[in-house]
Amino acid sequence: MFYREAGQFKASYAEDSQIFPIRQDKIGFWVLMLVFGVAVPLLTNEYWLKAILIPVLIFSLAAIGLNILTGYAGQLSLGSAAFMAVGAFAAYNFILRVEGMPFLVALVLAGGTAAAVGILFGLPSLRIKGFYLAVATLAAQFFIVWALVKFPWFSNYSSSGVVTAQEVTILGYTFSSPEAKYVLTFLIVAFMALLAKNLVRSSTGRAWMAVRDMDVAAQVIGFRLMRTKLLAFAVSSFYCGVAGALYAYTYIGTVEPEGFNLDLSFKILFMIIIGGVGSIMGSFLGAAFIVLLPIFLDNVVPLVFGDALGAGFVSNFQLIVFGGLIIFFLIVEPHGLARLWQIAKEKLRLWPFPH
Amino acid sequence: MARQIGDVIVDLQNISLRFGGVKALTDISFNVREHEIRSIIGPNGAGKSSMLNVINGVYHPQEGQIFFKGALRKKMEPHEAAEQGIARTFQNIALFKGMTVLDNIMTGRNLKMKCNFLQHALYWGAAQKEEIAHRIKVEEVIEFLEIQDIRKTPVGRLPYGLQKRVELARALAAEPHILLLDEPMAGMNVEEKQDMCRFILDVNDHYGTTIVLIEHDMGVVMDISDRVVVLDYGKKIGDGEPDEVKNNPEVIKAYLGTSH
Amino acid sequence: MQFFIEVLVGGLLSGVMYALVALGFVLIYKASGVFNFAQGAMVFFAALTFVGFQEVLPGWLGLEADSGVVFWLAFLLAFIAMIVLGIATERIVLRPLVNQPHITLFMATIGLTYVVEGIAQMAWGANVRGLDLGIVDEPIAWLMDNYEIGVSKFDLFAAGMAASLVALLAILFQYTKVGRALRAVADDHQAALSIGIPLQTIWRVVWAVAGFVALVAGMIWGARNGVQFALTFTALKALPVLILGGFTSVPGAIVGGLIIGASEKLAEVYVGPFVGGGIEGWFPYMLALAFLLVRPEGLFGEKHIDRV
Ligand SMILES: Nc1ncnc2c1ncn2[C@@H]1O[C@H](COP(=O)(O)OP(=O)(O)O)[C@@H](O)[C@H]1O
Ligand SMILES: [Mg+2]
Repeated sequence: MFYREAGQFKASYAEDSQIFPIRQDKIGFWVLMLVFGVAVPLLTNEYWLKAILIPVLIFSLAAIGLNILTGYAGQLSLGSAAFMAVGAFAAYNFILRVEGMPFLVALVLAGGTAAAVGILFGLPSLRIKGFYLAVATLAAQFFIVWALVKFPWFSNYSSSGVVTAQEVTILGYTFSSPEAKYVLTFLIVAFMALLAKNLVRSSTGRAWMAVRDMDVAAQVIGFRLMRTKLLAFAVSSFYCGVAGALYAYTYIGTVEPEGFNLDLSFKILFMIIIGGVGSIMGSFLGAAFIVLLPIFLDNVVPLVFGDALGAGFVSNFQLIVFGGLIIFFLIVEPHGLARLWQIAKEKLRLWPFPH
Repeated sequence: MARQIGDVIVDLQNISLRFGGVKALTDISFNVREHEIRSIIGPNGAGKSSMLNVINGVYHPQEGQIFFKGALRKKMEPHEAAEQGIARTFQNIALFKGMTVLDNIMTGRNLKMKCNFLQHALYWGAAQKEEIAHRIKVEEVIEFLEIQDIRKTPVGRLPYGLQKRVELARALAAEPHILLLDEPMAGMNVEEKQDMCRFILDVNDHYGTTIVLIEHDMGVVMDISDRVVVLDYGKKIGDGEPDEVKNNPEVIKAYLGTSH
Repeated sequence: MQFFIEVLVGGLLSGVMYALVALGFVLIYKASGVFNFAQGAMVFFAALTFVGFQEVLPGWLGLEADSGVVFWLAFLLAFIAMIVLGIATERIVLRPLVNQPHITLFMATIGLTYVVEGIAQMAWGANVRGLDLGIVDEPIAWLMDNYEIGVSKFDLFAAGMAASLVALLAILFQYTKVGRALRAVADDHQAALSIGIPLQTIWRVVWAVAGFVALVAGMIWGARNGVQFALTFTALKALPVLILGGFTSVPGAIVGGLIIGASEKLAEVYVGPFVGGGIEGWFPYMLALAFLLVRPEGLFGEKHIDRV
């Protein structure tokens, strides 16, 4: 009844090309921002903030990064976690080694470092495609983690590369409480998500999608393959890099290179498959789903099957559910949760008259 | 006729193109004059598409030279051809399947858009202004090709005929000097063909766009072309005005005399 | 010099083992266009199922644990398990995704990897097991005595097994009806369908054969390093072999395996010490990449220009 675009006529192309052309969506968006930006940190407890909300936000950012590269530009990557590692360790070193380095600047530099490394490992994409490229991104995954372990300079000579993130201070205020860290993470992620949305609806995004859908035609219409692909690698790695830095600074605090392993890369890939390949909002939905699922299973499996089965059973059960869901989504809804959300909205628009 | 056929702007000299052992083109020379409608005909596999691909840099011939506006062209990539004002449609539709009609056509404007990705990310100001300015241009093309109703439709959901039209729209959005059309009417019914003919003639007439056309329908070709070149097995067997070509015995033997 | 040869031979022999895993990928890719990331998980599943049956069969049948009957019965049962897995995969995963983009199928096999790993460990537990094939891992005395070159008996045996398997497969493909159908499918799906080759049957056969290859690979690798989760990483060893040799070429898999195996060991010994060691995780990838940058069509591939 209330979700209608009736009577809302677009008077200009500016209005027509807004992110939320329908007024109700815009209102809904701002309500959501207020809820997650203000109400949530005031109302929820520490566990929710630390174990669920902050990681969901950070993984959403990483998933946006991968979505830019894979979902929009069509270059499948299996090495996102390695670029998170670059971001985390770059931020650590910038703050450690540069006197008075402001946190936000370090964050941008961390992203920039990841972007530079991303461009380097994106170079093969100019000559190889598809599976060959996907496998090539594994080179980044293994090499970067190896380099961070083997060259102790990166971790300031700590044992086995473990580093502890410094305090986060912005303009004299130290973000130490979970609420403060959450709000900081939220603002950064929301801002970057907006930038990503702008990118993908602009000429840059069209270049990516054109290269993804039909690279010869993209060239023929004037896009430069090299620039387009490398930009996708750079921007994607920038997002993963910032996500990695936040992972260290506002989420777990202590990180080691091995924590950014292939499993994590796959997890991020799963987020975009389940959330929606080629959808910024899907990145959030997928991240939430993948973070919440194991917590849900941990709590529900013992209730259903009893405790007798043990922890091994639960973790194997998780593997099967994870894998099964991936297959399920690929078969049933390859556009993921984002598409389901859209369908639900279309239904709602017609409700209660189903025609 | 208002338009005036001008000088030679594309001049191919002794072009040969091979794929492994397959000779797609053998020692082909031909030229295109400004503002004309130049058709390429010939049986399947004759090398017509390869010829277009050579003109806009998708394929690089092993031998021969290409002069563009009088200057010898070095090995040119497709995007460079696009920068020179060459646009193109494909025999097998090459739309960007995951995008809407509008976005597909907007890609045609990309070379005229000057904002960089940082401006795109911030969107407000220059990037938005630019986006809207080009949207207005694109809407003109949409109106010209009469596809207003399907603007926001993902191209994958469109019927074949409309997809061909959207592909033409994407090429036109680039405001090309030279338009290469690879079988734009294949698989269309009579009505759709008539529409397409009208669009091609209009473009040529209104904007003076030079058109290189591959088409199997002899009626259409002889009707709208200024000059026709005939290929067979990668070799040129005829070249000239429609009437000339129609009466060329070799052409009749190789092509017109058969199933068509 | 002796040392160099020793490293080289050791590398070539382990390269044969990589080739064996890579072969599983190639078979499936050729027949169905699926890049089966789960091949490593299948190796693990097969080996674990084999040792699992080896453990339980003596109790069920009242036989000695080391009797030949138990060994071969366990082998047979593990093979059957792989066939069932192949058929189930075809039915549940591949058939609904037929005609989807290759990348989608690839991602589905990543999901399959998790499922297969989960099922294997749920059925047989996650602890490390030994696997005894009756061949000891010691240098061949004759080579040692005469040339002072240490080449492991076990490595040689493994290489021999792999080589015979490859030969066997080559014969199967060349001379049997199924093999010919398979090659027809690999060349052109549509054409194969139109002359009445049932695609689903072919896929099942191929997955079963790939399962068999996984079983042999799993037993050899398992005998060498223990049957454990790390067996799934054999897939990661095989991937650079594939980008080097090409996804569709059996000779490519073999030559690629040899090149990767040899250069990896040589690099570890001669370059590794300068950079802190442990480079075998990424070196093969870098090597394959460097090669591809020079020759994108791979070792045996033909140069291909997109047709438009
Ligand atoms: N990218 C390519 N790779 C290999 N062979 C090609 C390629 N493009 C065209 N050919 C071959 O070149 C010849 C001419 O093809 P084409 O130009 O498409 O002919 P037409 O458009 O006249 O039907 C054909 O034999 C075709 O098989
Ligand atoms: Mg053609």
